[in-house]
Amino acid sequence: MPAIEVSGLRKAYGNLEAVRGVDFSIEEGEVFGLLGPNGAGKTTTVEILEGYRRRDAGEVRVLGHDPERPGPDFRERIGVVLQQSEMWPNLTVRETHAIFAGYYRAPRDVDEVIALVGLQAKADARVKSLSGGQKRRLDLGIALVGDPDLVFLDEPTTGFDPQARRAAWEMIRSLRSLGKTVLLTTHYLDEAEQLADRVAVMREGQIVRVGTPAELTTTDLQTEIRYRRDGEDVVVRTDEPTRVLAELTSAAVARGEELEGLQVRRPSLEEVYLTLTAEEDEAEVEA
Amino acid sequence: MSAEAVRIAIRRPVRRLFVHQLRAEQLVFWRSREAAFFIFLFPLLLLVLLGSLYGGHGRFQHVPVRWAVLAGLVGYGCANTSFAGLAIQLVLRRESGVLKRLRSTPLPPATYIVALLVSTLIVFGLQAIGLFLLGRVLFGTPFPPDVGSLVATLLIGSAAFAALGTATAMAIRSAEGSSAVVNFVLLPMAFLSGGFGPTKGYPAVLRAIGDVLPLTYFVRLVNAVYLHGQGFWTQPEALAVLAGWGLAGLVLSVRTFGWEPRGR
Repeated sequence: MPAIEVSGLRKAYGNLEAVRGVDFSIEEGEVFGLLGPNGAGKTTTVEILEGYRRRDAGEVRVLGHDPERPGPDFRERIGVVLQQSEMWPNLTVRETHAIFAGYYRAPRDVDEVIALVGLQAKADARVKSLSGGQKRRLDLGIALVGDPDLVFLDEPTTGFDPQARRAAWEMIRSLRSLGKTVLLTTHYLDEAEQLADRVAVMREGQIVRVGTPAELTTTDLQTEIRYRRDGEDVVVRTDEPTRVLAELTSAAVARGEELEGLQVRRPSLEEVYLTLTAEEDEAEVEA
Repeated sequence: MSAEAVRIAIRRPVRRLFVHQLRAEQLVFWRSREAAFFIFLFPLLLLVLLGSLYGGHGRFQHVPVRWAVLAGLVGYGCANTSFAGLAIQLVLRRESGVLKRLRSTPLPPATYIVALLVSTLIVFGLQAIGLFLLGRVLFGTPFPPDVGSLVATLLIGSAAFAALGTATAMAIRSAEGSSAVVNFVLLPMAFLSGGFGPTKGYPAVLRAIGDVLPLTYFVRLVNAVYLHGQGFWTQPEALAVLAGWGLAGLVLSVRTFGWEPRGR
């Protein structure tokens, strides 16, 4: 049974249609990335799955529950990292974890979780003394302390410096090895590529593409072949790179020429992403 | 499982969660120096100041005026803790995302709210004990003649002010300046209601304003119970006005309560 099943999901705020017919499913143990620019509907989608918002239409099952009418064990089995939240500033990291541990029937050991998120050295420090990255790790720690099966991470590394992002990625990878199902939203492409087994690209409330990072890069844009001829760059874009390349090279060999600066390049996920979300970006520039 | 067994199975974790959350709330409250000072200590400080200010020989309703100052400050303390303190804390927690975050845990919303209210009540209870002890030591004021009636009075007042505090918290949109807004309501109310000493000498206009404020009636109730040893039920008018304000606050709170940040 999939951990999450969504079909025909819709949600509007007044006239603004934030989510306009979204379908996807996430298998148990999978790390699934919801990728898209700000305002694409990622957070609305996730908050419907977490039970914060009611949907206007569509079917949603999360761990077998309807999040609008969850059974008693629904909240025992999910862990949530919100986009923005600050816990009690005057409590210590350990106290905060202990309070959250107390909400669950079978919590994990508090010190073990603190070590897992790399806050051992800060266990007795007040929350207000933590850096931004450390506060985010605290958020992750209190989301894991109940030993959830499913973890929601809403933009877990926004605002991090590169080093803190690497550290956060390591932690998220460790969730996979714990067998957790993870739903991650991000507007960073490299993050989705690094962490997610599958990625859904969202734009204007709809999913425009779903697949593994590799599938997204192979199925969409054409392969690019570049070389120089008479001092000028030649670029060929094709769906059949093998045939085109064979023709080019055999012709060049027949002429006894070398194809200068020959390159064969698959489009990067970034290019795919930019193509998929291009209209959105233009709309944003206008706004 | 029998129906009884099901009931026990459901109730036990709720009781455990309530005790757990109550301890958490107490830890959060006392760990914050601002809260501990402005909410808990401030009325005690005012007792030292105002008790010294009002002379030892003045009289109010046939008892030494310092007794009335103490009664007024018990009223102010109740509003300060249950109304202002609760409102400010609720706004801060809502805006920081704590309330929203707690909603995704197995802690039932009602358990959270009851624990927060009981925690507030514990703070005020300790404060009231502190006020009576301090008054006794510094100014020779007597202990309450009828403790049961006083406790009932304080519970009624706390309930009414907590309802108003919750409604006020939901009317405030952002954490910035929330304590200024709340104190802008609280301090004039305390002054006009006799929270800072008897209003006998005030101009008629100010006394007329005071006559619609809930704290006026709560101070009146405390006066009757503490100064004159009467039962709280001997003041039906004060009880009715307090109940009216409390119910209005409750209805507003239930209608407007929200767990998610509103500012930004």
